[in-house]
Amino acid sequence: MSENVTLPKQQGPTDKPAGEPLLTVEGLTKHFPIYGGFPFKRQVGAVKAVDGVDLTVHAGESLGLVGESGCGKSTTGRLITRLMEPTAGKITYAGRDITRANRKQLAPVRSEIQMIFQDPYSSLNPRQTVGTIIKSPMEVNGINPPGGRENRVRELLETVGLNPEHYNRFPHEFSGGQRQRIGVARALALEPKLIVADEPVSALDVSIQAQVVNLLQKVQDELGIAFLFIAHDLAVVRHFSQRVAVMYLGKVMEVADRDSLYNRPRHPYTHALLSAVPEADVDTGKKERIRLAGDVPSPVNPPSGCRFRTRCWKAQDKCATEEPPLVQISGNREGHLTACHFPEEPSTEARTEDVVMDPALAALEEEHGSDD
Amino acid sequence: MLQFLIRRLTGAVVIMFLIGAFTFFLFYTIPQDFAALSCGKNCSPENLAVIRENLGLDKPIWTQFWDFMVGIVAGRDFPVGHCDAPCLGVSFHTGDFVWDSIIDRFPLTLSLTVGGLVIFLVLGLGSGLLAAWKRGTSLDKAVSGASMVLSSFQIYFLGPIVLGIFVYSTGWLESPKYVPFSDDPAAWALGLLIPWAVMATIFTAQYTRMARSTMIEQLQEEHVRTARAKGMRQRYVFFRYAWRGSLTPIVTILGMDLSGLLAGAVVTEFTFDLAGIGRLAVDSSLTKDLPLTMGVMLFGAFFILLLNILVDLAYAYIDPRVRLA
Amino acid sequence: MTTMTKTEDTPAPTGPEAFLSVRDLRVRFSTEDGIVKAVDGLSFDVERGKTLGIVGESGSGKSVTNLTVLGLHNRKTTEIDGEIVLDGQELTGASERELEKLRGNKVAMIFQDPLTALSPYYTVGRQLSEPFMKHRGASKKEAKARAIEMLDKVGIPQPALRFNDYPHQFSGGMRQRAMIAMALMCDPDLLIADEPTTALDVTVQAQILDLLKDLQQEFGSAIIFITHDLGVIANMADDLLVMYAGRAVERGSVREVLRAPQHPYTWGLLSSMPRLGGDTGESLVPIPGSPPSLLNPPTGCPFHPRCAFTDQVTGASCSGERPSLGAGRAAACHLTGEQKQTIFIDQIKPRLG
Repeated sequence: MSENVTLPKQQGPTDKPAGEPLLTVEGLTKHFPIYGGFPFKRQVGAVKAVDGVDLTVHAGESLGLVGESGCGKSTTGRLITRLMEPTAGKITYAGRDITRANRKQLAPVRSEIQMIFQDPYSSLNPRQTVGTIIKSPMEVNGINPPGGRENRVRELLETVGLNPEHYNRFPHEFSGGQRQRIGVARALALEPKLIVADEPVSALDVSIQAQVVNLLQKVQDELGIAFLFIAHDLAVVRHFSQRVAVMYLGKVMEVADRDSLYNRPRHPYTHALLSAVPEADVDTGKKERIRLAGDVPSPVNPPSGCRFRTRCWKAQDKCATEEPPLVQISGNREGHLTACHFPEEPSTEARTEDVVMDPALAALEEEHGSDD
Repeated sequence: MLQFLIRRLTGAVVIMFLIGAFTFFLFYTIPQDFAALSCGKNCSPENLAVIRENLGLDKPIWTQFWDFMVGIVAGRDFPVGHCDAPCLGVSFHTGDFVWDSIIDRFPLTLSLTVGGLVIFLVLGLGSGLLAAWKRGTSLDKAVSGASMVLSSFQIYFLGPIVLGIFVYSTGWLESPKYVPFSDDPAAWALGLLIPWAVMATIFTAQYTRMARSTMIEQLQEEHVRTARAKGMRQRYVFFRYAWRGSLTPIVTILGMDLSGLLAGAVVTEFTFDLAGIGRLAVDSSLTKDLPLTMGVMLFGAFFILLLNILVDLAYAYIDPRVRLA
Repeated sequence: MTTMTKTEDTPAPTGPEAFLSVRDLRVRFSTEDGIVKAVDGLSFDVERGKTLGIVGESGSGKSVTNLTVLGLHNRKTTEIDGEIVLDGQELTGASERELEKLRGNKVAMIFQDPLTALSPYYTVGRQLSEPFMKHRGASKKEAKARAIEMLDKVGIPQPALRFNDYPHQFSGGMRQRAMIAMALMCDPDLLIADEPTTALDVTVQAQILDLLKDLQQEFGSAIIFITHDLGVIANMADDLLVMYAGRAVERGSVREVLRAPQHPYTWGLLSSMPRLGGDTGESLVPIPGSPPSLLNPPTGCPFHPRCAFTDQVTGASCSGERPSLGAGRAAACHLTGEQKQTIFIDQIKPRLG
């Protein structure tokens, strides 16, 4: 578990951006209007689900997108696949602006960007056979692979580790992990260049999660498909993604290569997230202990300036008035961007004093003395 | 809450207006001379002209519509006399004011509804709760089975059987008839006993089934389990936690049934030969008595909208999540 | 080795300090498809003031077990055998009235999703007050004072005001705090927490876990902590029970089990979990296949169809003979102690980074 062993490997060439930017997102914004008022209903506010997100996914790489519920990571995924219309911002795919592309213009791109969903139970039509489910994207897009569609479906089933004989079975005849494999096969049917995977393993049991993660990794390695891997599990994201972006309340707080983000994070929120992950090791060296107070504020009225400031132990007046830009802070590697006025030390080692923002915890620990 | 009420009431008025307009214009698209209908068999052209003038049928359609609408709000003068607001016009057939005809019939409809309602709510919810409480026992099976059979019965089927037994064969009861409550409460109840019982039997069966199934659903809610995990008595959990959650679906159905009954229980009235709103509606439609049909329809629509608002208020009372939304 | 098929676990020794003792518990549900053997011969002890972690995947029987402790299972469709002894009192045959006196009083529960586990129809204050009034015979006023004290203790700001709020007016983390406050109202000796942080975000989970630990120090309750997450267990528990297909497959202190696990299923769980400090170049090693149906569980060891080490077992048959779980630190597996140690050190440990 020593870090020295793993460090050199992580700094190897695989962690570098793999190629040309495939997808670029600038200032991506999605506001869901809230209606109300009297006597006539009108828009009285908006849920600022995504509020100015900049991201780049390079060809063949996996970019992880982590954050807690309500941070806008899933909405971001849906905007990129154009399942939702962005309120503002620009989405560039392979050099083409697809932000406002209509159905016709989007058609060639649609087949290159595919999505895998969280819930393997509701994302497959229960009345269609597996064969039909996987075949339909090819039919919709008029693709005739050599050897025929049915043959291709059988190949795909084999690729994702299912029995090609099960072509005519229905989704309910499969377990959760197998259904997620069907979802992967469907996404692969059009030979996409980018897959947006929205919490692809979080509905699965631990032992099944690993099967699906390995499958996705195989797909990425062998077919060179780029991934936007959206998940709340920091360990899974670290395992799967070469670069990782951390979102909070509709904004990207920090983005970096995997090693920098997990071992040399600068944003206090990244520190808090990492310190909160419970680890199944009883022998690891002590890591820092940060306990935030309360829950994430409402995206209807996000805090002014830096969105994290209301829960941040380093917040000062400047944080309320000035929104920190997402930039490379001195001392960071190239591509390691942080949106913070007062960044933390680049280490996750235990501190001389724990950061305990939660008043109840602080009170109880004061009373009993630190038990650690 | 006040804002909500104002908004809903305004909405209801608009909908009433639209229903009125819709029925009014729909009827006028029928190629039918209403004056001729009203005039009878031996109708001279002079008589026809007089009737036409009396009913206002000689005016342009927009004027007629306007007069009709104003009449509802402010009353209206006819050659036969002044018609007070809410004036729904004059029956082509009888020459009476529509509103008077409706009000004349309404006490029977109201009596039928209220009496039946009390019986089927008490029995239906009671036996439904009992079946849910005793779920899986032979009592539950008996109640569920009986309610399943009874809810598939129809009033026109059950009614004659009950009449046959209790009136024609044994003579224990007289044929159903309506005596105003204010005249003689005992005769009022006795006269309506059979229609109430028959109507309530079928509704009871439906409410038993509904109460049972929603209660069983609610009893499986996690918060009900939490209440039990706190050590609350089973009866307390049943009536405080599960019952509260069952109210919303029950109130929804009740609102629909109630507005239907108040708008006229056609089958019940015909089965027992009672003259209520339902009978009035059917008669008016058979005689093509446009003002009366429209009047009855608006009257029914009024109850549907009223009950709708009441049901929404009940939701807010039952569920705090609705209250604050 | 006898040829007789062992069907029961050897009971773990009952220390005098065991507050809750479960012996050879069997839970069967009748469903339309047949009889589900949800729990099949489970034994464990919980000591006063200690935390027992129960880890397992969905369908392992971990939640069912703990519902039966308090008699919260559906009695009409569920059949229960075995012994559940709480502080000297036998519970499997206890009447509803007797159980009611224990629930929320001596033993309290915390559930996974605080949004559905709290009633939407009543204020948080009322729901907190109820058990205190019932078990302590307290007046409404006393119960309110206690509820406000507890809400304050679990970190709900302005508790006197929030007392009158409904659960949906609370955020997710606050709701779970309220749930904890409710469980602690009567100062229980045993707290059963069923996946209490699974529905929460990771930073909130960290707050709630620490809060539970700190409150345990203050109240001295024993805790049964049920989860699917070994990371959470490592943080919370003293002892650990790993469950698979309705049975306990491994038992020991958290340190023992996580440092040197002995059961192939535990190995599988650990090597399928990515770690924050793990080597990202290495692939995860998942457990092949999926958990068995409890309508028709595999014969012998329930894990044998997914186990990679059955060929190394000699003298017993994995598919024919059910391995027993010995007393104390133990794993229910036919592999010899030596084999377990060698396999773990040679094959499993390197995977764990």
